[in-house]
Amino acid sequence: MLILALAASAASAAEYAPIPGGELRSVLPPDGKSSLAKVEPYALRTLPVTNGEFLRFVEAHPEWRRDRVAGIFADSSYLAHWTSPVATGDAATLEQPVTAVSWFAAEAYCESEGGRLPTWHEWEMAAAADETRTDARDDPQWRERILAWYAKPSGRELAPVGKTPRNALGLYDMHGVVWEWVEDFAGMMISGDNRNQGDPELLKFCGAGALSTQDRENYAILMRVAMLSSLTAQQGTRNLGFRCARAAGDNTP
Amino acid sequence: MKVFERIGPPSPPPSVGARVSARTRIATWRVLLRAHARSCGIRVAVALLLVLACHAAMAADTPLPRDSVYQLDLALTDQDDAALRLRDLRGHVRIVSMFYANCPYVCPMIVEAIKRTERALDDDARARLRISLFTLDPERDTPEALKRVQSERKLDPMRWQLERTGLADVRKLAAVLGIQYRQLENREFNHSSALILLDAEGRVLARSSRIGEPDPEFVAAVRAALAPP
Repeated sequence: MLILALAASAASAAEYAPIPGGELRSVLPPDGKSSLAKVEPYALRTLPVTNGEFLRFVEAHPEWRRDRVAGIFADSSYLAHWTSPVATGDAATLEQPVTAVSWFAAEAYCESEGGRLPTWHEWEMAAAADETRTDARDDPQWRERILAWYAKPSGRELAPVGKTPRNALGLYDMHGVVWEWVEDFAGMMISGDNRNQGDPELLKFCGAGALSTQDRENYAILMRVAMLSSLTAQQGTRNLGFRCARAAGDNTP
Repeated sequence: MKVFERIGPPSPPPSVGARVSARTRIATWRVLLRAHARSCGIRVAVALLLVLACHAAMAADTPLPRDSVYQLDLALTDQDDAALRLRDLRGHVRIVSMFYANCPYVCPMIVEAIKRTERALDDDARARLRISLFTLDPERDTPEALKRVQSERKLDPMRWQLERTGLADVRKLAAVLGIQYRQLENREFNHSSALILLDAEGRVLARSSRIGEPDPEFVAAVRAALAPP
């Protein structure tokens, strides 16, 4: 009984680390040219959400089971690698990050935890840190280390969460395990420069349809932007997981 | 789980009690009307009316299709400050889009594109069509601001609704509609300009992003959706 209770409490206690916020040199500057993104203080989950955690979520909210979810919220790839709507099976261990979840399902999970998906700028800020520095992005060695992960073929078995080194902000797995959903994924490819609005060639977007970014050296981050922008909110992939954010100071499990 | 918790297939109507009492009312009317029909000899007309009434009652009771955008349960406020839910828009063929009132250039073009589509319809079809414009900027687009757009753009209040969601729900609404947007630092928005045609159940029938010029395919889809059964 005691062991069960301990296991349950350990499993349900999602940890959030406070992130101070501030000004961020982003690959997606707010003005489309060079301005710094202003990020308010927030809290971010230290680990990506696991299969085990997501399993408990669909048990508590059966409308998110893969056999019951409304098609407008998730396509047929949703949790397709689980052995059943309520069992993860061998192909998805409880400690691995959950993947093949739609944006809607990820957002609903985060709301169930009193949170939300992080914005791109929040995610990007948190992912700039290495083990000792909160912003290691100008270090060519750091860039290469991250790129090395992207160079590995996908389709390998995912590592359990929390096995990569903890970064200076107290977060794990920002690189090296899965890609992650962000709240504003649909719109990152839209130009931040709305002076282009008058160009009739580009009216599909109320602005330019092209990615305009700073920091072109940061290929690893740009790949994330490109990948996320290619998705619809109903899709998921086997390499795409998520973690949740909360308001600053809300670090309660 | 504020927004999603009420979503679940098959989604129950807000109140079973209300449904039962509606049915009771219909049954009562049926008895009264039958008596009336016998005395007046207009049984055929009454029977037809009853069929229509029952059909309308059934439509509201059936579960939404799983691919309906109305599966998303959101609170809306319209240009008259009336509260409604997204699924209350069910029941009419509808063109929807997203915009914001301060948009200097493209948003007026969205309105014009819808008007151009309307003008291509005959009177009967046009009378059956509804239009909903959802704001990307609920903070600034108060009901008063939406009302102003309605009067300045001369949008028929019987058929055009301008609506806002809660701030946190804008992204979800855009996601079910497949609309991309990005807020800029000067509080402007860049967004995909799409007209989306929904059937009466909220399923996407057609989309158009050709807002600067006529889009005959989209007009044809609207016309087909509004054709009498």
